Amino acid sequence: MNRDSAPDLIIQAKQLSRNFGDLKAIDKLDLNIDKNRIYGFLGPNGCGKTTAIRMLTGLLKPTSGEIRVLGLTLPQDAEKLRLKMGYMTQKFSLYDDLTVKENLQFIAKIYGIFGATQNKRINELLSTYGLNQKQQQLAGSMSGGQRQRLALAAATLHKPELLFLDEPTSAVDPENRRDFWEQLFDLCQQGTSILVSTHYMDEAERCHKLAILEDGIKRADGSPEQLMNNIAAHVVEIEAEGLRHLKQQLIQLPEVVTAAQLGARLRVLIKSSVTNPIDFLQHHTEIVTNKISIVRPSLEDVFITCTGSRRQ
Amino acid sequence: MITSLYRIQAICFKELMQLKRDKMTFAMVIMIPLVQLVLFGYAINTNVRHIPVAVVDHSQSALSRVLVQTVAATQVVTFSHHFDDIKSAQEALEQAQIRAILIIPQDLSQRVVRHASLGFALPDSSDEQTGRPIAQWLVDGSDTMVAGAIKGLRNMPLAELLSKPANRSTPTFEVTLFYNPEQRSAVNIVPGLVGIILTMTMIMFTSAAIVREREHGNMEMLITTPIRSIELMLGKIIPYIFIGLLQVAIILGLGYLVFNVPINGGLWALFCITLLFIAASLALGLVISTIATNQLQSMQMTIFVLLPSILLSGFMFPYEGMPEIAQYIAEALPATHFMRLVRGVILRDVCFTDMLPDVYWLSAFTFAGILLASFRFKKTLD
Repeated sequence: MNRDSAPDLIIQAKQLSRNFGDLKAIDKLDLNIDKNRIYGFLGPNGCGKTTAIRMLTGLLKPTSGEIRVLGLTLPQDAEKLRLKMGYMTQKFSLYDDLTVKENLQFIAKIYGIFGATQNKRINELLSTYGLNQKQQQLAGSMSGGQRQRLALAAATLHKPELLFLDEPTSAVDPENRRDFWEQLFDLCQQGTSILVSTHYMDEAERCHKLAILEDGIKRADGSPEQLMNNIAAHVVEIEAEGLRHLKQQLIQLPEVVTAAQLGARLRVLIKSSVTNPIDFLQHHTEIVTNKISIVRPSLEDVFITCTGSRRQ
Repeated sequence: MITSLYRIQAICFKELMQLKRDKMTFAMVIMIPLVQLVLFGYAINTNVRHIPVAVVDHSQSALSRVLVQTVAATQVVTFSHHFDDIKSAQEALEQAQIRAILIIPQDLSQRVVRHASLGFALPDSSDEQTGRPIAQWLVDGSDTMVAGAIKGLRNMPLAELLSKPANRSTPTFEVTLFYNPEQRSAVNIVPGLVGIILTMTMIMFTSAAIVREREHGNMEMLITTPIRSIELMLGKIIPYIFIGLLQVAIILGLGYLVFNVPINGGLWALFCITLLFIAASLALGLVISTIATNQLQSMQMTIFVLLPSILLSGFMFPYEGMPEIAQYIAEALPATHFMRLVRGVILRDVCFTDMLPDVYWLSAFTFAGILLASFRFKKTLD
């Protein structure tokens, strides 16, 4: 069996690079994304998430590297891929001056869905995404959450096998974000594979697997649990007075990755090369032991440890 | 194939819905031809009349007053000022209060009597006084059309001056005016206006329609769908073909009703050439849309094409009067060819097949334009 076309891998990329002039937007990215999972791209703005998604959808040609999506080689087979994938752009890209229903009808016709099938599918989507009451409303006059649900409805109208979502929740309040993720898991359960980009830690933590991107380079990948377990740092919380001063003191030390205040506590990341972080901290500060504790790393800690090189 | 047609229809329908909601644009579709036709139909007049002029009358005689009245009766000029000396008249000319000055000399009556055209006293040909004009015009010659109108007064008949039957001389040429015997400017302007308005609206609408999708981010969604470039292009231009035809109907219908511009040629031929020109303009609009990245740029490019289409196509100034290089440029513009075709069909009832070079050019232009636009339009963001 040829490894290149492993049936359970929906996206494969090898040494994928894309330059814009001198800027390396994506640099030697390797990806192996499983079928029927939600895969996340986590990274700050400008890290290359959108560029990567555009290359995986066939919208951008890679400068070098290989891409296989759904068994199709990109960019040659981009047209064939378009029938099987859905893409929700970062910016709302349906028509503001058409109503919800007109937008969906338009997309349906573009995908060659007509007549009774079209009506049935549109009604299905309208009720799934809670847009029944809004179907005669112009898309431009809706709230961020409603527009995002409409965009998701449009992207899934032709029941794609693979769904790309580029920062889908950037204009949405927390409650709508929760509902939105519930809908993504519903889709996933129905057999859709999803690739989503985000810069929110809580969203990234919901993904089955994720890749942390920075400056176009993949810093780490794996499931959130794996990433948190394999973190290359100890996470220590200190309860003390004068935390601002303590923080200044700590971040001078080369072994300390970062220190961030959380209310009355200071959360310190110490490189894993330090074998006993509590001794280390006591040695360098004057804090009593019972105010120092090792805690479970969060995804944010992983993110900071992975991407720390840029801050120093 | 069927799905392809459906996709084109989907784009057309969407375009019409958007147009329906965009009340301003929809109003412009109707108002541009309506207002411009009425405005230009009335305003553009190549027969210059009632030019404001001054008179400096050194003669101060009954005869000089009759002369002024006779000149005024031609309606070419209106005597708005009277001056006693040439100097103050010239100041008025400088200040553009008047366009010309008529200077009547003191010896007007002698000059009139000796004037050949009156055939009063036939003096010897050697008499140097014979050839003298009876008065002089000082003209602001900067506007050639105004100057030309006053030059036309040079050989004005003088017989009326002495209430004497005209001593008519036989003209060298007999001139018979075909197609526009009453010499009304509107007859020439209205068919030309079809070309100008279509150039403007068709190029602008198509170029803006695609650039707008790009500006609003809709294009990023469209290019991830299975729609093909050519389907998108066709779907975009078909609604505007109907809009173009609607505008032509408005212009020619009103031209007929208000300005009495006859449509001598066949409606079928008119329909064909108009459709051809609309297609050529839309193709040009598509090419612009693949170059421009925002609506302002597409607007600027439209103006870039529109101005030569107005000034070089033969709409305002005769094509034959232009230097050779300008004629070559004009030949490249679809408007020039359409101007010939539409005037030919409407005014002279020329047979379609007699104007094949223009028809071929417009067809080739359309074909090349759509090809170039499809070639340039890529379904990627590179």
